[in-house]
Amino acid sequence: MKKSLFEIIENIPLTRDVMRMKLKGDTSAITAPGQFINIQIEGLFLRRPISVCHVCGDILTIIYKVVGEGTRRMQDMTGGSLDILMGLGNGYDLSPAGESPLLIGGGAGVPPMYMLAEKILERGVTPKVILGFNTASEVFYADEFAKLGAEVTVATADGSMGVKGFATDAMKQMSYSYFYACGPEAMLKAVWEQSETDGQFSFEERMGCGFGACMGCSCKTLTGSKRICKEGPVLRKGEILWQK
Amino acid sequence: MAEVKDLRVDLCGIQLDNPVMAASGTFGYGWEFAELYDINILGTFSFKGTTSEPRFGNPTPRIAECNDGMINAVGLQNPGVEQVIFQELPRLKQCFKKKVMANVSGFSEEEYVYTARRLDECSQVGWIEVNVSCPNVHGGGMSFGTSPEAAASVTKAVKEAVKKPVIVKLSPNVTDIASIAVACEEAGADGISLINTLLGMRIDIRTKKPVIANTMGGFSGRAVFPVALRMVYQTAKAVNIPVIGVGGISKAEDVIEMMLAGATAVQVGAENLVNPYACRDIIENLPAVMEKYGIHSLKEIIGGAI
Repeated sequence: MKKSLFEIIENIPLTRDVMRMKLKGDTSAITAPGQFINIQIEGLFLRRPISVCHVCGDILTIIYKVVGEGTRRMQDMTGGSLDILMGLGNGYDLSPAGESPLLIGGGAGVPPMYMLAEKILERGVTPKVILGFNTASEVFYADEFAKLGAEVTVATADGSMGVKGFATDAMKQMSYSYFYACGPEAMLKAVWEQSETDGQFSFEERMGCGFGACMGCSCKTLTGSKRICKEGPVLRKGEILWQK
Repeated sequence: MAEVKDLRVDLCGIQLDNPVMAASGTFGYGWEFAELYDINILGTFSFKGTTSEPRFGNPTPRIAECNDGMINAVGLQNPGVEQVIFQELPRLKQCFKKKVMANVSGFSEEEYVYTARRLDECSQVGWIEVNVSCPNVHGGGMSFGTSPEAAASVTKAVKEAVKKPVIVKLSPNVTDIASIAVACEEAGADGISLINTLLGMRIDIRTKKPVIANTMGGFSGRAVFPVALRMVYQTAKAVNIPVIGVGGISKAEDVIEMMLAGATAVQVGAENLVNPYACRDIIENLPAVMEKYGIHSLKEIIGGAI
């Protein structure tokens, strides 16, 4: 983990309420796809955890959905610098991916799949990627995944783009060696129930610190209690205990 | 060139290099922070509230944001005293050479005594901090700290069971803090720390439901500083044992203010969670702030405003 200042070099809308921010600074603490950063926002007490989408040298890309006070304030930022804690969380383990891994991202869960796809491609494996959204106007990054070289399938709940239905409907037609999923909890649970192989899931929880000190984001698993921010956010299929 | 400042204070017979401690529940068992900086620069820290058995704590969400603060309802999640003794303390030994403060919680007097006695046997432990004030647990954790009789009774029981100094951590959710502090002093407490968190609540306007799964939780952070300072002042006036000032401290000036109100040492809590370097930054800034206000030795200002 590192705490340092990052300069905002881009902050642009991708859809009506999804923004992409590029930040310049010391990214060396980020060691795995699926990790997150924790951003201090002036005037707000708690930091805001956001997943990492992409790292290239000293440029860090995040994609965030504007949902609350923190992300609303981020949306208005046009420059300046941000105090960021980074290299947080365990991230995805690529070693069990196999020859045809499937990546499933739903809505705000799409961004971390980008860095994961990139890392899998670096290993000479082409991942299949399902990107799930509600409707065509909410779709982002489908082209970027395709440009990386991934096999992309878009699913929209209303059928306005790609496969009609949820990410899990697109998943039914596919064969895969392993899977990685990030998205709303309902999607994660559906993937968990439907999947035919082992896989990994990334979870969200309200956090106090984001680095394991406050125990605010603990969850029970079959392998003991885990802090989503520290031993998570990525959990393996076989250890998840669905509570809600 | 500025003179060398004397930051040392004596806490119940153990000298601290400086009065800045990290508060229980915001510093784990130390090692997450030791990855960031040398935690030996701290006066010391109070480790995560420990019970006799492992506890998972409350359901999530456990955290809610407030203006200049936060609410938590963690509910004393901890691995239990045996794991603390056999895993956490040996691990801490690798990165912390000073005596640590052992924060003890319980659901009965017997449990407090048992856990305190186990931790009293550990050479790394310098003080036992008895938490009679956690607002986040059912079954009466709170009640020990909200009546003078119960607080005194648990203080006396722990004091009889251990050799190390006993510091009782008090709840601010009471009508007369001084009477509870005095009751603890009369029962043998070697020190008082306060305040624990203030009982608070937030509601999500979109869902029309409480943000915290447990409905209520403990409010802490910069916003509570004036309340904490007032209660430290009232307590320090009423007792003759050291008082540790806790609540909303985020900068070196706050440390000075707490000490003027009667605190011998201070604990930094929620600020560690948003700035993991908070304690280090405060300690590093103290000499310059002392210089600014003409303070040579921190010992000399304790209770200066009383």
